[in-house]
Formats: sequence, C-alpha cells, structure tokens
Amino acid sequence: MQGSTVDPAQAALNYHAEAVATGHEEHPDHRIFGIIVFLAAESMIFLGLFMAYLTFRAVYPTWPPEGTPERELLLPGINTLILISSSFVIHQADTAVKKDNVGGLRKWFAITALMGAVFLAGQLYEYHNLEFGLKTNLYASTFYVLTGFHGLHVFFGLCLILGVLWRSRIKGHYSSQHHFGVEAAELYWHFVDVVWIVLFILLYLL
Amino acid sequence: MTQAEALSETRSSHDHHPGPQRKWQDYFTFNTDHKVIGIQYLVLSFIFFGIGGIMADLIRTELKTPATDFVSPEMYNQLLTLHGTIMIFLWIIPAGSGLANYLIPLMIGARDMAFPKMNALAFWMLPPAGILLALSILFDAPQAGWTSYPPLSIMTGKVGEGIWIFSLLVLGTSSILGAINFFTTILLMRVPSMPLTAMPLFCWSMLATSALILIGTPVLAGALILLAFDLLAGTAFFNPTGGGDPIVYQHMFWFYSHPAVYIMILPLFGVISEIIPVHSRKPIFGYLAIAYSSLAISFLGLIVWAHHMFTSGTPAWLRMFFMITTMVIAVPTGIKVFSWLATMWGGKIALNSAMLFAMGFVGEFVIGGISGVMVASVPFDIHVHDTYFVVAHLHYVLFGGSVFGIFAAIYHWFPKMTGRMVNEPLGIVHFILTLIGMNLTFMPMHALGLQGMNRRIALYDPQFQPLNELCTIGSYILAVSALPFLVNMIWSWIKGREAGDNPWNALTLEWQTSSPPAIENFETLPVLRWGPYDYGVERIPEDIEPPLTSPELQPESSALS
Ligand SMILES: [Cu+2]
Repeated sequence: MQGSTVDPAQAALNYHAEAVATGHEEHPDHRIFGIIVFLAAESMIFLGLFMAYLTFRAVYPTWPPEGTPERELLLPGINTLILISSSFVIHQADTAVKKDNVGGLRKWFAITALMGAVFLAGQLYEYHNLEFGLKTNLYASTFYVLTGFHGLHVFFGLCLILGVLWRSRIKGHYSSQHHFGVEAAELYWHFVDVVWIVLFILLYLL
Repeated sequence: MTQAEALSETRSSHDHHPGPQRKWQDYFTFNTDHKVIGIQYLVLSFIFFGIGGIMADLIRTELKTPATDFVSPEMYNQLLTLHGTIMIFLWIIPAGSGLANYLIPLMIGARDMAFPKMNALAFWMLPPAGILLALSILFDAPQAGWTSYPPLSIMTGKVGEGIWIFSLLVLGTSSILGAINFFTTILLMRVPSMPLTAMPLFCWSMLATSALILIGTPVLAGALILLAFDLLAGTAFFNPTGGGDPIVYQHMFWFYSHPAVYIMILPLFGVISEIIPVHSRKPIFGYLAIAYSSLAISFLGLIVWAHHMFTSGTPAWLRMFFMITTMVIAVPTGIKVFSWLATMWGGKIALNSAMLFAMGFVGEFVIGGISGVMVASVPFDIHVHDTYFVVAHLHYVLFGGSVFGIFAAIYHWFPKMTGRMVNEPLGIVHFILTLIGMNLTFMPMHALGLQGMNRRIALYDPQFQPLNELCTIGSYILAVSALPFLVNMIWSWIKGREAGDNPWNALTLEWQTSSPPAIENFETLPVLRWGPYDYGVERIPEDIEPPLTSPELQPESSALS
C-alpha cells in the first residue's frame, strides 16, 4: 500500500538476506515465537484438566472423597523446592551462553538435568509409597493422571536438556549469537515449573 | 497508467522466466514447499469427502424406509459416527488448512511458511490417522457418534472407541502444529510494505481461526486423555457409576467443538471475502469491519459452548448467559453478510462457477445462521434438541456454508494452482446440481425435526416416511453432482485452457506471480502498489515503471541481476 514509511531498498536487502540464509529451512528468527505459541497451546491442555479437576471437586460433597488416605507433604514439598530452584539454575546457563561461556552452559545444564532427574525419581518413589491406586476414587484418578501427565512433560524437558548438553560438546555449536536450543529448553523448563506450582497447590494444598 | 495496464505489465514481466516447476512425484513425498503441502491437504481432504459422502448416502438409503432393512442398527451407528468424524476432522478442517497453506505465503509475499518442516509433519500425520479411522468400519468402528459422549462411548466397544480417540488425538495435534505455522507466518512474515490492515481478508480470517485452534484443540485433547483412561484403564472420570461426572466431558468437548464450528467456517468467510470483490469488480465494502468481525467471532466463539448443553441439567442462569452470548455472535456474522451483499451491490458480477458458489454460500449460510439463532434460544432448543432440526441447521452451516465455500475456493484458485482454467459449463452444472441436491436433502429435515423425528436412530415412525424419501432423493442428487466436479478437475488439470498468471485480473499478491507459482513464489520482493481490493479505483501511482528493488538486490536467478 502506498504511503508506507518502509524504505523499499533496505527492506529488499533484509528480505533477500533472510531468504539466502534460510532457504526452505525453519525460519530462525521466528522459532522462539513458535515455541511460545506452542507452549500457550500446551498450557490450554493443563488448563482444561485443571478446570475438570476443580469441577469434580466442586460437585463432590467432600473433597478428597471420604476414605482417601492422608497424603504426606514432606517429600512433594522437597520435590517442589527442587523443581522451582532448577528454574533459577537453568537461567544461569542462559546467562552463561550469552557471554560465550559454553563451559558455564554445560555446567548449569548438567545441574538442571540432575535436579529434574531427582524430581522424577522422587515422584516415582511417592507413587510407590502412596496408599491409593489409580482406581481408588475420583481424587486418586485425577491425582495420578495430572501428576503423571506433568511428569511426562518433565521427562520430555529432561530429554531436551540432555539433547542440548550432547550438542554442546561440538565446539562452536552454541555461542552468544546462536543458542536457540538453549533458549527453547529453558522456556520449556520454566513452563513445566509453573505448571507444577499450580498442580501442587491444587492437589496437595487446597 | 491505468490499473489494467499496470496489471498486464506485471504479468508480462513474469512470462519470460518461469521458475523451476514441480514434478508429480513431489506430491507423494515429505516435501516442505507450502504449495505442495497445500495441494496434498486439499487432495487428501477431497478423498475423505468422497468416503464420508458415500457413508452419508448409505445412511440416507437406510432412512428411506422406517424399518432397518438396509444395514444393521450397529452398522448404522458406525456409519453415522464415521460420517460425522470424517467430514469434520478429515474433510472440512484439512481443506481449510490446505487453502491456508497454499494461499497465506503467496498472499503476504513470503517464500514459504515460518516452519516448513513442521508444516510437512502436520500434513503427514493425517493419512495414517484417517486411514485407520476409515478402515475401522471393516472390523470394529466407533459407535457413539462424533460427540462420543460418555457413558455411552465407554460401553460400545473398546477397539472402535480406542481408534476414535487415538485418531482424534493425532488429527488434533496436526491441527495445532498447522495453526502455529499460520499464526507465526501471518504475524511475522508479511512483506515489509504490508501492514496488518493491508493484508487480504483471508489472512485475517486465518489469524482468527488459528487462535481458536490453539486455544480450543488442546482442551479436546485433555478430554480425550481422560476418556481414554475411562475406556482402557477403568477409571471413572466420566462414569457416574464410579463417582465421575459425564457433564465435565460435555463441557470440555464443547469448549473445543463449538469453536470448531468457526474453525470450519471462518477460513471460508475469508475465501468469500476474496472471491466476491474480484468477480464483482468492486472494492470490498467495510474491510476493517470484516477483518475485526473475524476476531470478534473468534472471541465470542469461545464463550458460548454450553448452548449445546441446555438439556444437560445446566442451571437456568448459566443457560441465560450462554443463550445471550450465542445470539450476540449473529452480530459480527451479520456484518460480514451485509458487507458481502454491499460489495456485490451495483458491481459487474461475473456469474462463473467461483462466484456462483460464493453467492450460494451467502444464501445457504444465512438460512443456517437463522436456524442457528432459533436453536440458540433455550425454550426452542429444548423442544428441538436431538431432532432433525439440529441436523438441518448444522448441514446448512457446514454444507451450505463450508462446502460451498471450499468449492468456490477451488474454482477461484484452480488457475493459480495448476496454470489452467476450469471448464465453466461443467462448473455451472456442478453448482446447480449441488444447490438442488443440498436443499432437497436438508430443507425437509427442518420440518421433520419440528414434528419430533429423533436424530441418530435407524428406525423411525412411519408418518415421517414421505419427507425422508425426499431427503434421500436429494442425497442421491448430491452424489451425482460429484461427477461433473471430478471430471472437470481431472480434465482441466491435464487439458484445460492455459490460464496465464492472472486470469481474473485480481489485485492480491498471489496473482502477481506466475501460475503455478515458481518454487520460491516470487522472484523479486513484491512491493504493494495497491490495496488488496482496489477494483475500479484509479489509485495506481505513476512512478512504478522502474523496479522498486534495485538490480543488485535481486536473487541470482533473476533476469534483473
Ligand atoms: Cu455451538
């Protein structure tokens, strides 16, 4: 449309440079945006499941239903602390890579991976020791499905982190200029973390 | 310089150096070109349209007589379930994705979608899921209807229902991946000279559609995961005998499936907004009103879902809320219809197949819209709930609306996609048969519904037989109407008259490149020289002769370099 203030020559230059750089590959500048849109959609699954949980809870006369064994808070509490702190740890990696400090990136990612693994192990241990099973009652079913679905996401995030670690052994793969993988894994990890906080409040505290 | 001269100049400048072309084999591979993917989507969805259509005619043959004399009641349930599921998830939604894939990058002057590999991945999720679903009719198909309400759906066979849930999860994931691509591409990859408000209206409607897919589809996935646990692991989320609540499923299901109505119709609203100005040779009436009404529909579409649940024990105050929001949707929809009519008003209308289907769309959709406002009202809905009135309403919206829109789009963009013109007489025969068949099939259903004929049941009271026979005859006419279309498509694709780059003298960017477009769409950066709908407006500036991009900035392959 006429009257636009964009300088056509400069615009053409950018457009051309972009086209040469990317060809038919994924568009590098837009990948983070794509990840954010994806996570927004992903959060809608959790939102849907949370709303279902809250409705079950509201309709039931007592919640958790009578006869549900007491839940232990110590282990999940520690687990929550580990997961929340891991979000700060992984952010250190991001800071490191932006200063071209790949050693720092590797160190902080390794620590995050370890914390994620401990979280998963803790959750499996909790499953093992709980006095109710998947089919005990509606609370038990929602408990297992929600934490299990979240655990699956933690597992996937862990795979992402390990993937970045694996790739970072190649010299120059990540730098202050090119670190999409690092940012994507970090964003995903923060997302998993925030979902857990809501989940913990819903399932354990309320 | 007049507009026509400017256009012909653009055209001739492309004739000298056609870009590399696609081989037919490319269409059967994991190809990342958005145009290949678009055509893959379209062809696949038409195949499933055929399969779903055969199922529809089997259903209508069974319903010709009150007794169950053609197929068994179980088979009837299976056909009914598969017909609904296939038409929604494997025909209309992928056809919309196909059009969006083909058109969005061309319309905004991009070389491809933002994430081409993810795009190809999204397409290739469809064939396995679709084939699995369609083949399930041979051993154990789902029987609980496309809504799959529990507890019915967890009691009618684990295998069929399991296949239904699995296919829908795959199809839903594919739809989400596609929407991420559309959303990102439209927002971030327009040519620099194109602000959002100079974007073709199809892109606006796809922006609204993608938002709905991204917000709605994940919630359906959540419902399906819980349903799968009920079905396969024996939990009782939705099973009242185990303390669960089937209404929760209905809420989650309709939170997606009402917006799904708009996921199915909004892309075609966009298509109609493109076609009508071109073939009426007039600027679109109320560009911004149409653009923003798409966003309004998309927002309102998210807060009306419980109008499907007026008879599910929904409390009165909640029914009132959902009744009002539902009726409010008629406002942005009405704005669109008004704008289309005002665009046609006084225009030089070309009555070709594309325009006929577009006008058919407007007429049939209005009928579906009016019956939509009727069923939005609580007392009326309680009366006609689960009757053929609802069947009539939804088919006027989805067949009279979406399907007519898809046909209009095919006739309009066929020259762009193949470089050849369609055969107009065959197209017009197709339109007339479709129009007659459609109204004959679905109009009597309004009366049947008001008289109280229940839907989804193979047996019915003999008093309803005469009208049912009419419906069945109509459905056979629809089956026949597919023949001229098929012949036209295949014959025109191979032997049709050469179309040239811009046979409609259209102004949007997809027509300013070769037909079919070269692999990277545009040889040089397109710069907008007119608005998308400036038909008959002498606004072409005088200074467009020199290329707006200097030669040293052109890609290697360009003749200008
Ligand atoms: Cu609805």
